[in-house]
Amino acid sequence: MFNILVPLISVVLGLLAGALIMISFGYNPVAGYAAMWNGAFGDAYFLGETVRQVTPYVLSGLAVAFAMRAGLLNIGVEGQVIVGWLAAVWIGSSFGMPPVLHVIVALLVAAIAGGLWGFVPGLLKAKLGVHEVIVTIMMNYIALYLSNSLIRGVLTDGSDRTENVASTASLAAPWLREITFFSRIHYGFIVALLMAFTMWFVLNKTTRGFELRAVGSNPFASEYAGMKVGRNIIIAMVISGGFAGLAGAMEGLGTFQYASVSSGFTNIGFDGIAVALLGANTAIGVVLAAILFGTLKIGALNMPTQAGVPTELVDIVIALIILFVASGYVIRWVFLKFSKEGK
Amino acid sequence: MDYVIEMLNIRKEFPGIVANDDVTLQVGKGEIHALLGENGAGKSTLMNVLFGLYKPEKGSIKVHGKEVNIEDPNVANRLGIGMVHQHFMLVDTFTVTENIVLGSEPSKAGTVDIKAAEKEVQALSEKYGLNVDATAKIRDISVGMQQRVEILKTLYRGAEILILDEPTAVLTPQEIKELTQIMRDLVKEGKSIILITHKLKEIMQICDKCTIIRKGKGIGTVDVSETNPTELASLMVGREVTFKTDKTPASPGETALNVKNLKVKDFRGVEMVKGLNLDVRKGEIVGVAGVDGNGQVELVEALTGLKKSSSGEISLNNRSIYNLEPRKVTESGVAHIPQDRHKHGLLLDFPIGENLVMQNYYMEPNSKRGVLNFKKIYEKARSLIEEYDVRTPNAYTQARSLSGGNQQKAIIAREVDRSPDLLIAAQPTRGLDVGAIEFIHSKLIEERDKGRAVLLVSFELDEIMNVSDRIAVMFDGQIIAEVKPEETDEQELGLLMAGRKSEKRGEA
Repeated sequence: MFNILVPLISVVLGLLAGALIMISFGYNPVAGYAAMWNGAFGDAYFLGETVRQVTPYVLSGLAVAFAMRAGLLNIGVEGQVIVGWLAAVWIGSSFGMPPVLHVIVALLVAAIAGGLWGFVPGLLKAKLGVHEVIVTIMMNYIALYLSNSLIRGVLTDGSDRTENVASTASLAAPWLREITFFSRIHYGFIVALLMAFTMWFVLNKTTRGFELRAVGSNPFASEYAGMKVGRNIIIAMVISGGFAGLAGAMEGLGTFQYASVSSGFTNIGFDGIAVALLGANTAIGVVLAAILFGTLKIGALNMPTQAGVPTELVDIVIALIILFVASGYVIRWVFLKFSKEGK
Repeated sequence: MDYVIEMLNIRKEFPGIVANDDVTLQVGKGEIHALLGENGAGKSTLMNVLFGLYKPEKGSIKVHGKEVNIEDPNVANRLGIGMVHQHFMLVDTFTVTENIVLGSEPSKAGTVDIKAAEKEVQALSEKYGLNVDATAKIRDISVGMQQRVEILKTLYRGAEILILDEPTAVLTPQEIKELTQIMRDLVKEGKSIILITHKLKEIMQICDKCTIIRKGKGIGTVDVSETNPTELASLMVGREVTFKTDKTPASPGETALNVKNLKVKDFRGVEMVKGLNLDVRKGEIVGVAGVDGNGQVELVEALTGLKKSSSGEISLNNRSIYNLEPRKVTESGVAHIPQDRHKHGLLLDFPIGENLVMQNYYMEPNSKRGVLNFKKIYEKARSLIEEYDVRTPNAYTQARSLSGGNQQKAIIAREVDRSPDLLIAAQPTRGLDVGAIEFIHSKLIEERDKGRAVLLVSFELDEIMNVSDRIAVMFDGQIIAEVKPEETDEQELGLLMAGRKSEKRGEA
């Protein structure tokens, strides 16, 4: 019950806090939130954009959640997204293959690239006990600058962006775009939902998932039970990185169709941490939380135009919601206190 | 008689259960008052009510004859009630003094005056004979001393009434003796002590009065001088209890476990097992007696594959299991009831049913081609739960929410059900009540009678004497003597455990 109630209350409190901020700055919160709702679901175009935004969030959320279930804090999802993005675009733009197959190979290579990026911190943790947080943070920067230099020096001749991926490798869904007034919606959401199902199945139904969860819950008992703790740590990081790589592929093969030199992070990976947190590290929770985050992000774009709320304030409102979600334990605590007093 | 504490007709409910029902506890000044009950009987709940952690539904609490309302632990502290928890609440990297003054630090010009505090702590320690080094770091001192720090902490805060929750569960026999003396000194100084325990021997030795709780109900208070262990046990359990474990003489077969010249280092690289030799035959229980810290932990970890040995031989039924991985050791027919059931024995956040397949989830019928078959897993779990009388609402209940005795029963169900050739039981009854202890001892003997080899490692001399067919005394990483339980006594064992070769045996 707690697992559902606490995130829900967090979101409501966050929205209320956001409303207070809007009031104190002289804006109408009802109009503000109405604008947000319209901006996310108001017409087919917005709906399409929201789905487009939700897609990578689902995957980056799954990546963080999967590692978390095995007791690992993968801060490196961001970097794994970047290498996945680049790998997908590389396959998509530099190779010729028959339709369907091309997409599948590109997705696979993106997952492998992300997985490889997860493998390094996993290996270091398993063999040398180096904390995964430190290594993954470092790996984020390596990913960012490596990707930039590969785009400039290898994939192009000094250009800031790659060619578009071949149509055979694209996730574009023309008929969906048409019915959503040319939003950037693409087939990626199917991949995301499939992966959510995969995570649920692997963690809850397979012996591997049993081991991963056991190691995450109590490595000592897992060792006693004959499980290989180190190997499971590596596997968890690789699978987590794989999900993140796919999140990058969504952008590379779907939304943008190319990769470009970037001065900063995509934030898809960092937002994934909040998504996983809000989704209580379960597959279904991650999907729901990603929908919320996508909605906030896309809906917020409409708040300045329709309700006159400045973008800075919109960012504050979103940050407040995340803050309340992150402090879910406070709500939990209040609950416990309340139920104790009430009895 | 004046009472320092009176808890009258306390009732405390939790959703679905009544944890305390009409419990009355009256403690006189300068008294050591035992609170006796099985695990889950409601002792801790009652003390948490006294300490202000729970609010009772009914009943009243009086301190020095005045009715009080204890809202939170701070109020309890102010009233002079101090609690020493079973699991210590100490900061590992802080010194003894820092831990003791934490929360009420003496200050000088805005900085903590640690020198003054140290003096005060040292003085208190000497006054009550606690023998604590005020400047030592917690992580560097023994468990026994950590406990004395906890006691000191309550004294420093001016406690007049000390609640000790199962204080001997973590102590060695020597430390228990020291603690007993400390408790006597404390009451001599006018303090009163409430001792939460289910060890009858301790009650008989040091307590004046004993209040018994059974299944949440207050059964009554008896004068310890007018009772005996048998009566106390039956009051606690609600039926007659036999102390002597019924067993027929062993009929040992051929050698099952053979350990030769085994050497094992601990995590710091210090050699803890120093060339140990040991045999366990089929159909016998060998008890390893010894004071904690003489290499027992490392021996068990080496036998079960949790730790790599540096040299030697280990074989089971003439096949080497030396330095195999835990899974291979398990598959060769070794079962292990670990000393620390929370750390090693259970996945506390997992359902009890899944804990029962912790080592064989990957085998059929528990899974097929990597996919778990929960139907089969839980079918098996339900039958084990019934067979071993594990009290749990159902097989899906988290292992964490079971009582210690039932957690241990679940572990035993899991280990014994695999029909192992060798069963290693490390401290299998630690922290358990009489009923659970009886059950576990009878299971060990049952396994022996099925022709299995059983290695029992325990710090409890009673347990070693009652259950073993042969006793191996471990001292400083070696087995220094082997004796028969019927040919020895606690005196001799105690000397051997302290490293002195038996003179009696020397003559024979």
